[in-house]
Amino acid sequence: MKHRHMITFSRIIRTGAVNFVRNAWLAIAAMAVMVVTLTIVLFSVITNATFTNTIDNITTKIDISVYLKDGITTTQSDKLVNELKQLPNVAGVRYLTKEMALQEYKQQNAGNQSLLAAISETDNPLPATIKVKPRDLNKVQSIEAFLTKPANAALQTPESPSYNGDRKAAIDKIAHATSILRKAGVIAVLLFTLISVLIIFNTIQMAIFNRRDELTIMRLLGASTWYIRGPFVVESIIYGILSAIISVLFVHALFVAASSTLQASSLGLLDINYAARYFSAHFWMLLTVQLGLGILIGAASSIVATRRYLKFKTVK
Amino acid sequence: MILLDRVTKTYNRNMPPALDRISLHVEPKEFVIVVGQSGAGKTTLLRLLTREEKPTSGKIIVGGVDYDKLRDRDIPLLRRRIGVVFQDFKLLPNRTVFENVAFALEIVGMGNREIRHTVPKVLDIVNLRGKEKNMPMELSGGERQRVAIARAIVRQPKILIADEPTGNLDPKHAWDVINVLEKINRYGTTVLLTTHNQEIVNKLKRRVVTIQHGKIASDRAKAEYRL
Repeated sequence: MKHRHMITFSRIIRTGAVNFVRNAWLAIAAMAVMVVTLTIVLFSVITNATFTNTIDNITTKIDISVYLKDGITTTQSDKLVNELKQLPNVAGVRYLTKEMALQEYKQQNAGNQSLLAAISETDNPLPATIKVKPRDLNKVQSIEAFLTKPANAALQTPESPSYNGDRKAAIDKIAHATSILRKAGVIAVLLFTLISVLIIFNTIQMAIFNRRDELTIMRLLGASTWYIRGPFVVESIIYGILSAIISVLFVHALFVAASSTLQASSLGLLDINYAARYFSAHFWMLLTVQLGLGILIGAASSIVATRRYLKFKTVK
Repeated sequence: MILLDRVTKTYNRNMPPALDRISLHVEPKEFVIVVGQSGAGKTTLLRLLTREEKPTSGKIIVGGVDYDKLRDRDIPLLRRRIGVVFQDFKLLPNRTVFENVAFALEIVGMGNREIRHTVPKVLDIVNLRGKEKNMPMELSGGERQRVAIARAIVRQPKILIADEPTGNLDPKHAWDVINVLEKINRYGTTVLLTTHNQEIVNKLKRRVVTIQHGKIASDRAKAEYRL
């Protein structure tokens, strides 16, 4: 019995492969559609990753400066730094003494000789500073609440913390925009995936519709459901595998061509260099996902599409 | 071998039934010819036997299998025990003659060596040796029908159902097909044949069941064609 199952299984695989070759034109047409849609999905994933990277670059440049009054003790400042580190929304804290703050100010304004001259002649006017990097820009209020507590506010200069006023509004705007962009990216990927699933499903369904007579004949001769369906599933899985490989290679070729011909490294917000790096760094992962998608859609749609021709009459 | 007890099949409630309380009993190794005008219900009768349709009422037992107790997943097993020849051949268009006949054996899980051994023998019986590698499109109507017969008998079924197998053939080829059916019957297979062909019925001198308007009008042994 086991031997018989093996024979049947190998026949299903072989018939699927033979049908793939015998129906070459249908196979090419179906695969062309699959390649195009899988490529679009791949592009949307890469674009989304690239935008996310751009957004991350912007947000990491934003921090909150806490200016400490002159004359507070290191015990007091250490305590404040440690308490800030404990806050859930704080990604990092950097403490700058008055001297370090001056150094940094000088570096930032290295081109401006008169400004530097003015500063060095007087006493160091810069306060000791704590730079706080928030984890999530949308939740800076929790940090703000902590800093404005009377006990903490007493340690700070009147200007502190420094995201107050105009800069606060800017941070809010960026925070809002990035969260929308992130959501839009995920939605775009899901939407393109859904559309490809529908198109591929339809293509395979039409390919099987063309051969519905074959299915009913096999049914009449007493072939079991999986003996009939198996080769169609195998054939669709072959479509899926080849289409996934072709789409990944196509995108790879496109990046190679783009890097050699395009002078600019980015198109607006789209950082092509990063996209190419992302693609080659995640090559195997992307290929696996594409293969999984192609195999899954191919198998599922051929199972669904054959079902209606394999049903037995239940009407009396 | 075949038992129908007051079998009725209604396709549409607003129309008279296609079969109206038909009762029929066929013994093992019998050769029965079913005649009747188009639309009389011959094809419906055969489609009930292959379980392509379900009867609206009545009982069907074929080869000991009670169709009321037949589960869907056992229908393929039932069909493997019945050989069927269709008027329109129903060959698989993308497969060679050999592969079409072999298909009937593949689905029951027979090994390749046994298939290579069995198929040529059956092609001998239907006089199709040398056509193994041809596609159905390259064959004449008579040849295609003989491929279909080879496919139906290769599993050595106890019952062979032939629905107007000569309907699309010229007289010479029609007789080739009938001769094969007689040969199979002599080997012990029960044959149920529907036909329009008066000459064939008269020469065969077998049991003839006449169906009219969904009812059995007559059932006579060694009979001639009469409507």
